Amino acid sequence: MKLRKLAVAASVAAIGLSALFTTPAAFAAEEQFFPVLAYRTGAYAPNGTPWANGFVDYMKLTNARGGVNGVKMIWEECETGYATDRGVECYERLKGKHGGATAVQPLSTGITFALTEKAPVDKIPVITAGYGRSESQDGSVFGWNFPLVGTYWMGADVLVQHLAKKEGGFDKLKGKKIALVYHDSPYGKEPIALLQERAKMHGFDLSLLPVAHPGVEQKATWLQIRQNKPDYVFLWGWGVMNSTSIKEAQATGYPREKMYGVWWSGAEPDVKDVGDGAKGYNALAMQHGAEPNAKVVKEILEKLHAKGQGTGPKEEVGQVLYMRGVISSMLQVEGVRAAQGRYGKGKRITGEQMRWGLENINLDQKTLDSLGFAGVMRPVQTSCLDHMGSAWARIHTWDGKKWNFTSDWYQGDEKVLRPLVISTAGRYAEEKKIKRRTADDCKK
Amino acid sequence: MFYRENGQFKTSYKSDQQIFPIPQDRWAIVAIVALAFFAVPMMVDEYLFRAILIPFLILSLAALGVNILVGYCGQITLGAGAFMAVGAYAAYNFLIRVSGMPALGAILLGGLTAAAVGIVFGIPSLRVRGLYLAVATLAAQFFWDWAFLRVKWFTNDASSGSVSVADISVFGWTIDSPSDKYLFCLGILVIFSLMAKNMVRGSIGRQWMAIRDMDVAATVIGIRPMYAKLTAFAVSSFYVGVAGALWGFVHLGSWEPAAFSIDRSFQLLFMVIIGGMGAIAGSFFGAAFIVILPIFLNQLLPVIGGWFGLEVSIALVSHVEIMIFGALIAFFLIVEPHGIARLWSTGREKLRLWPFPH
Repeated sequence: MKLRKLAVAASVAAIGLSALFTTPAAFAAEEQFFPVLAYRTGAYAPNGTPWANGFVDYMKLTNARGGVNGVKMIWEECETGYATDRGVECYERLKGKHGGATAVQPLSTGITFALTEKAPVDKIPVITAGYGRSESQDGSVFGWNFPLVGTYWMGADVLVQHLAKKEGGFDKLKGKKIALVYHDSPYGKEPIALLQERAKMHGFDLSLLPVAHPGVEQKATWLQIRQNKPDYVFLWGWGVMNSTSIKEAQATGYPREKMYGVWWSGAEPDVKDVGDGAKGYNALAMQHGAEPNAKVVKEILEKLHAKGQGTGPKEEVGQVLYMRGVISSMLQVEGVRAAQGRYGKGKRITGEQMRWGLENINLDQKTLDSLGFAGVMRPVQTSCLDHMGSAWARIHTWDGKKWNFTSDWYQGDEKVLRPLVISTAGRYAEEKKIKRRTADDCKK
Repeated sequence: MFYRENGQFKTSYKSDQQIFPIPQDRWAIVAIVALAFFAVPMMVDEYLFRAILIPFLILSLAALGVNILVGYCGQITLGAGAFMAVGAYAAYNFLIRVSGMPALGAILLGGLTAAAVGIVFGIPSLRVRGLYLAVATLAAQFFWDWAFLRVKWFTNDASSGSVSVADISVFGWTIDSPSDKYLFCLGILVIFSLMAKNMVRGSIGRQWMAIRDMDVAATVIGIRPMYAKLTAFAVSSFYVGVAGALWGFVHLGSWEPAAFSIDRSFQLLFMVIIGGMGAIAGSFFGAAFIVILPIFLNQLLPVIGGWFGLEVSIALVSHVEIMIFGALIAFFLIVEPHGIARLWSTGREKLRLWPFPH
């Protein structure tokens, strides 16, 4: 009897399965499809959710503005839970839908690594605004990766510059002790190469303190910090690891003023629960910070949230991670616009054309202002060889209630970054037997 | 009705001792393998290949390896993920450090390295048993996690600890398309399953099972526990190591130690427990259950929601997915504690007696 029930259950499941795979894909020529690899569950959900909300809201806003020359944005979400294998599954599931994905943004360095292998085959650009592999800035090797607006090497470089300025010159860094508390994953390890390079140049002492995923257990790390008394602590955390670090710093009595987080460690969910304990904590701002007064934020509130069409809670609009989602979304929309400029306005573009578009983004201040990003970010200009497009960043500080900018603009130092990017990308090219793209390839 | 065994007589020991003594079973297996080799590549699309079938095949191979150790020899291990990592990183190092190394050679050498490492980490099994051994094998997991994250030599000084390999080719066959990858993994899986089936039927497999059932008694009848346990560790780690190398080379192409974390070890152990300990087929059932079911649920729930006109958010879907998945694990373990493979073989016995099963 039991067996018969099982057999019935199995056949019901089989019918469900066949229903799944025969769902007709709605295909319309004037729609541009973007898969959204989000994580709204799991250990990193507090940080992943606002990003995804901002990302989707800007696409909604673009449609409300009339699309890109009439082409509407469409999207579908898939939950990755920040896990690499689920992320790859989501990508495979979505990449062929609605006539094919235009570009993909995984919001996870692990998934980025996996998709880097697939992008050239599928001809779908991987946009990693502010994360991913730093050497993928070299577009001649990483033809399909776009770490737009920031890489971890650039971020680490800016932090060192900021310290030098604070101390009164690079020569004053000699003998200083800097500790890097990092998420023990490719994400957290990214800045090490650059920091070691800088440590050699200026003679500061760099100690590396890894924290295991998901980062709630940091007692040993902070004990080490209490013993070594580093002059500064760099924090390369994500999700719950950030607030844990700040709490541990509070418990060990390490001054929060001497802590500097990367831009993924400097948002509201990281400090909100700690409140006053996080006062004085600094973090990089990937150009933008919390921007409640930006024009684009007001437009989103007015055109979407006022009509009940917003994706997340209203309070979140304008927060740091929400803004990062908005900017990531805006860059890809502008990529579509640039591609349409070449391949036909008002037409649907392919992934390959999207790559050309992303390589030819040219957002000057006037365009940014007209999109509502005045004061939020600086101009971005990409090229075939430079897939980053802009190396500007600021520092912002938590005052117990909100994030405030506390520094001027810095620019990543090309003299330090470029050789590192070229040599690391070169090694990858050798490993994967990739031929560098030449100037002629770029024109295609 | 399904099995009409009238008139099938075994006239020699050879025919009585073959892997599948019942012709219907034999032909069914041949048909399934033929279907997998010839019909599946023509029928399924890229998504099924890359997201479901290839991970399923590779994790089946790993589960097979774990089943040899846990199911046949009775030595619980929580270090399977580490042996996968050893296989993957050893294969990677053989490939880049030895010039002219063929990819298949690197994968097999990766498996052999994992086997050697498996023997070393199997030594505690001579002294400790059961749950205590499981804790001892955890050491392998933590040690190799640490080694691949910290020792830069293993990752060829990659700045973020992540390594990658180009498309591999075997005897002039470049494995780059999803169907090539599928066929390559399927070929290896079929060969390895056949080897495993023969090993567990042979002298060595009987020694493993004797040790599993009662090691004192096994020693009394002349089985050397050291030999039996360490061979089980070696063979199991070899399988798991080859699976790890395939996971890196064929499935991911570029990976980091996190791909072989402790979660993977648990996953493999659960595959064996749910699929069926001490049954080759159990490895496949277990891998299917753990790999395919969550993805299936994840896609099914929005469809079901659609029938009732509900829009289900992805967060809700993944919560419900975990709940149903957990409930199903409990359900299967209550219905049949010996795993899905036992359920299957009970069903088969009933079919043999059809239409009067008891």
